[in-house]
Amino acid sequence: MNKKIKFRVNGKKVDVDIPTNRLLIDCLRYDLGLTGTKEGCSVGVCGACTVLMDGDMITSCLTLAVMVDGRDITTVEGLAKNGELNPVQKSFIQYGGFQCGICTPGQVVAATALLEENPKPNEDEIKDWMMGNLCRCTGYYKIIESIQKAHQFAK
Amino acid sequence: MIPFEYRTPKNLKEVHATLKEFGADAKLMAGGTALVIMMKQRLVRPSCLVSLGSVRGLNGIELKDGGLKIGGLATHRAVESSSLVRRRLPMLAETYHHVATLRIRNMATVGGGLAHADPNQDPPPSLIALGASVKATSPNGSRVIPLDEFFKGYYETVLEPDEIITEVFVPKAAANTGAAYIKFLPRTADDYATVSAAAVLTLDKAKKTIADVRIALGSVGETPVRATAAEALLRGQPLKGDGFAEAGEKAKEAVDPVSDFRGSAAYKKDMAAVFVRRALEKALADLRQQAKAKAAPKPAKKKAVKKVVKKGKRR
Repeated sequence: MNKKIKFRVNGKKVDVDIPTNRLLIDCLRYDLGLTGTKEGCSVGVCGACTVLMDGDMITSCLTLAVMVDGRDITTVEGLAKNGELNPVQKSFIQYGGFQCGICTPGQVVAATALLEENPKPNEDEIKDWMMGNLCRCTGYYKIIESIQKAHQFAK
Repeated sequence: MIPFEYRTPKNLKEVHATLKEFGADAKLMAGGTALVIMMKQRLVRPSCLVSLGSVRGLNGIELKDGGLKIGGLATHRAVESSSLVRRRLPMLAETYHHVATLRIRNMATVGGGLAHADPNQDPPPSLIALGASVKATSPNGSRVIPLDEFFKGYYETVLEPDEIITEVFVPKAAANTGAAYIKFLPRTADDYATVSAAAVLTLDKAKKTIADVRIALGSVGETPVRATAAEALLRGQPLKGDGFAEAGEKAKEAVDPVSDFRGSAAYKKDMAAVFVRRALEKALADLRQQAKAKAAPKPAKKKAVKKVVKKGKRR
């Protein structure tokens, strides 16, 4: 069973005709070619598939694509503006906030949402917010440092 | 996931009409964070998914008769960040903050979570201890169900297939009441608890005797468990050193946990006693903290003093 839906991805309007049981992450990756969003655990625990819906973080592996009809979705591909990386992305590069990179799209999307709400979070606030974004490489210290210093790159 | 029909009714009337059209094979969905996992695992295979996402007017959080009225479609995040809830009932805001991760709390709703009825959830013990009730609405009207009569078994409630949770009501607490919810998490912060406990404690005017107490636990049975025998042990009794520990021991009789990777059944039972005691201690601390805050000079007065000083300087 298919359904036609319209929504915005990274500011661009999209129209898709998709099966009702299509997950948002699969719609993004396979129907729209936005493979930046990664699937990790598939049960909403690891945070690799984090995207923003109307500015709020959601788990795209537990969201049906039909549920975002009329909504505004931001993926990691939408963070850079006019080819320039956003402050969180620059900071992750500068301060080594990633190693293997599989969790990184989810980490930077989540951190971007945090800084939107709280431009200079302290360590505890970062840990609380980022609790659902797992990383198996960095031990988290570099991620926390990158987020704490991201404001340096803000204009 | 097997294919299904997907409907987005705009109001309760349309929701009920869709449910009637598809009968028992239709499934209601709010945030979807629990249901989509169950559908992925093929534990649930609805022929029609009835999304409540387009139904308006069921996500408000407001004061009613001194208590809190929370719409069934309010998200967990809305409850934890509501200034009204944080001011009136910080323990409830804290409880919702404990649920999974922010991404889940942005989607999962208060009514959807309760209808899901997983005995490991955080909100049910707190809501039961607070004496909350749900309002369930069907085409025949609404009924109010006290939350301690709401859960029947694993993922099972007393709701009829055509009933929707439209409201959760948390009554105003009596004077001299403290509340606490604590969660034993030996693994990760977003995990289900090994055992969780909520306590709401009311003292008499002199703050010497326990006028009322409600205790509820999560993760230690087929449903959230209210420890009525432990409550009875404390109710009407003077506050004394080992009273809370005795109540904790008594609460063990009410629980029936299963062994899993979060602990053996015997361990969880022992921890139930410990966490009931700690929840009671924390509720008492909360009560004393509130009394202290009340007794302290009000910040508004301080401001008034400052203003006078400023005026004086200007002169």
